[in-house]
Amino acid sequence: MKKTYKIDVDCANCANKMEEAANKTAGVKSATVSFMTLKMKVEFEEGADVDSVMQEVRKNCKKVEDDCEIFL
Amino acid sequence: MNSKQKKNLTRILVAAALVILLRFLPVSGWLRFILYIAVYLIIGYDILVKAFKGIKNRQPLDECLLMTIATLGAIGLAVYKKNGDYNEAIAVMLFYQIGEWFQSYAVGKSRRNISDLMDIAPDYANVEGENGQLEKVDPDDVEPGTIIVVQPGERIPIDGIVTEGSSSLDTAALTGESVPRDVKAGQEVMSGCINLSGVLRIETTKEFGESTASRVLELIEDASSRKSRSENFISKFARVYTPVVVGSAAALAVLPPLALMLIRREPLWGEWIYRALTFLVISCPCALVVSIPLSFFAGIGCASRNGVLVKGSNFLEILSQTKTVVFDKTGTLTKGVFEVAAVHPDRLDEEELLHMAAHVERYSTHPIAVSLREAYPNEADDCIVETVEEIAGLGVVAKVNGRMIAVGNGKLMDRVGAKWHNCHLGGTILHVAIDGEYEGHIVISDVIKQNSKEAVTELKKNGVSDIVMLTGDTKETAEAVASELGIGSVYSNLLPADKVRKVEELINGKKSENDKVAFVGDGINDAPVLSRADIGIAMGAMGSDAAIEAADIVLMDDDPLKISTAVRISRKCLRIVHENIWFAIGVKILCLVLGALGIANMWAAIFADVGVMVIAVLNAIRCMFLKKN
Repeated sequence: MKKTYKIDVDCANCANKMEEAANKTAGVKSATVSFMTLKMKVEFEEGADVDSVMQEVRKNCKKVEDDCEIFL
Repeated sequence: MNSKQKKNLTRILVAAALVILLRFLPVSGWLRFILYIAVYLIIGYDILVKAFKGIKNRQPLDECLLMTIATLGAIGLAVYKKNGDYNEAIAVMLFYQIGEWFQSYAVGKSRRNISDLMDIAPDYANVEGENGQLEKVDPDDVEPGTIIVVQPGERIPIDGIVTEGSSSLDTAALTGESVPRDVKAGQEVMSGCINLSGVLRIETTKEFGESTASRVLELIEDASSRKSRSENFISKFARVYTPVVVGSAAALAVLPPLALMLIRREPLWGEWIYRALTFLVISCPCALVVSIPLSFFAGIGCASRNGVLVKGSNFLEILSQTKTVVFDKTGTLTKGVFEVAAVHPDRLDEEELLHMAAHVERYSTHPIAVSLREAYPNEADDCIVETVEEIAGLGVVAKVNGRMIAVGNGKLMDRVGAKWHNCHLGGTILHVAIDGEYEGHIVISDVIKQNSKEAVTELKKNGVSDIVMLTGDTKETAEAVASELGIGSVYSNLLPADKVRKVEELINGKKSENDKVAFVGDGINDAPVLSRADIGIAMGAMGSDAAIEAADIVLMDDDPLKISTAVRISRKCLRIVHENIWFAIGVKILCLVLGALGIANMWAAIFADVGVMVIAVLNAIRCMFLKKN
């Protein structure tokens, strides 16, 4: 399953860091962050609980870049 | 400017003013230190806070942390050397903030520019209430089959058919075409067009989300998540760059002094630590990282303004490397509409031959029959047409005014016993026999689009070396079209599966891995070929879901000339991307080398770093514009 989330982040490198962090989160098959459109596209693993995975993604992103937000 | 940008701009200005003021204040000792630290905190407090959070989250390579180490280190050295030069630390923070501010402003501005450009889906639809008053509703709630009203100046929110009214439509947002299109009752209209003159009542045929405007918008928004090779290269580079720079900074701080000590010279700790701190100042890869996606985003925006939908940054990149363009003939280079091209009677006059043939085809709906009736508009006269018999694969035989007339191919002529001869022209040849006697033939051919020839010439001019045409038509027809357009290689008599094979052959036969093969089709029956080619371009695809699905690049209108426009945009975009990559990496490496040698100080480093970013961003924004030629 694929979902798109709006995000807020200030610098392009931070967006890349978020992408990396999201990809490392369990339950995420692949994630891409577009700095220009401020969107995160997440493809989830089969049977993953979207809400809890996204909470985890948000936490991991906050870790690498404090000044970011994912609008869930 | 948003509030964050305003606040940061104020901070930058205040700090800059204070730095200048402090220069002329005759203070020294502790008071001087405290005043300078105050300015340092004004300009850099958020970075210090973020650096602290970076430590807490165990992100040692956080750029804020690195900036903090560099600037605090510089202050520490100033205290240690007792020279009272705190300007350097403040300058680094100041320039860093200016760079960040500029980046955020420029990116925000181009984001807005491009989204304005794509603001093609209105957020309301007018539905008529019970007493005739218009009511604005959410277009998502409008069911197919509802009548909506579009007033002059408004955009059509949902695809549909005009039931009442006539007007002209500005389709520029969708097709890039600047000439307005006239519409009247009964015609289909696309969402996203602006109604220019009259009130239109439209019966919707689709839901809002399925309408053209919404789909186009979705495609463009998705495009930047399909990343190009250049973008992936840069993010990989960024991941390695920071650790490498930090590592070499550490080495620079420790190894040379130790080496100096070994050879019993003065270790000069202060000097080497200062050079190491200079490294940290340029450890952020931001200039590179921001300019590449910005270039692609601007390039995709420019393309869509010209009526070309690019479905991903990667496709823009592949298009720029395209050396071979393969065209499908029908519907792409030609209109896919048959017209009578020539009438060659043996004895009768042209008019009479057409007259007879048109009568025979009276009841047929075949495109060829339609073209005959169009060529002879007075077909519905008082001649008596009877016993019409269609013979599959051969033609039609009918009795007109008591005479037996056969219209069809050579086999039909053989069957009715007429002695026929072929024509020197390409196209579909319709032979006509009256009462078994051969009377001549009519040539019917597909009409070449107005811009096809220019499109081929333009492509060649823009670096596409091979242009190939594929068609299911006969050899004669294909070659006639190709020679008129100036296309060298033609493959005819191909079934859809043969086209896939031919494209595969071309892909395998190319000289280098980086030469890409593009296929251009009308998207209706070319889906397999579109997806097999390195890059599939569907044209005239508005409304054809299958084509939009299968293609990588979608031309909104039928104009083949748009292909060369797209190629030009992609070439320019990629040129700018490469310029930025080399320029930014080059300057960074230069700064690192000069910093290590002690030639460039921290001032020079930060100045170069921010300067590179500003130039790279400005360069990237150029992708948004295309020169008219």
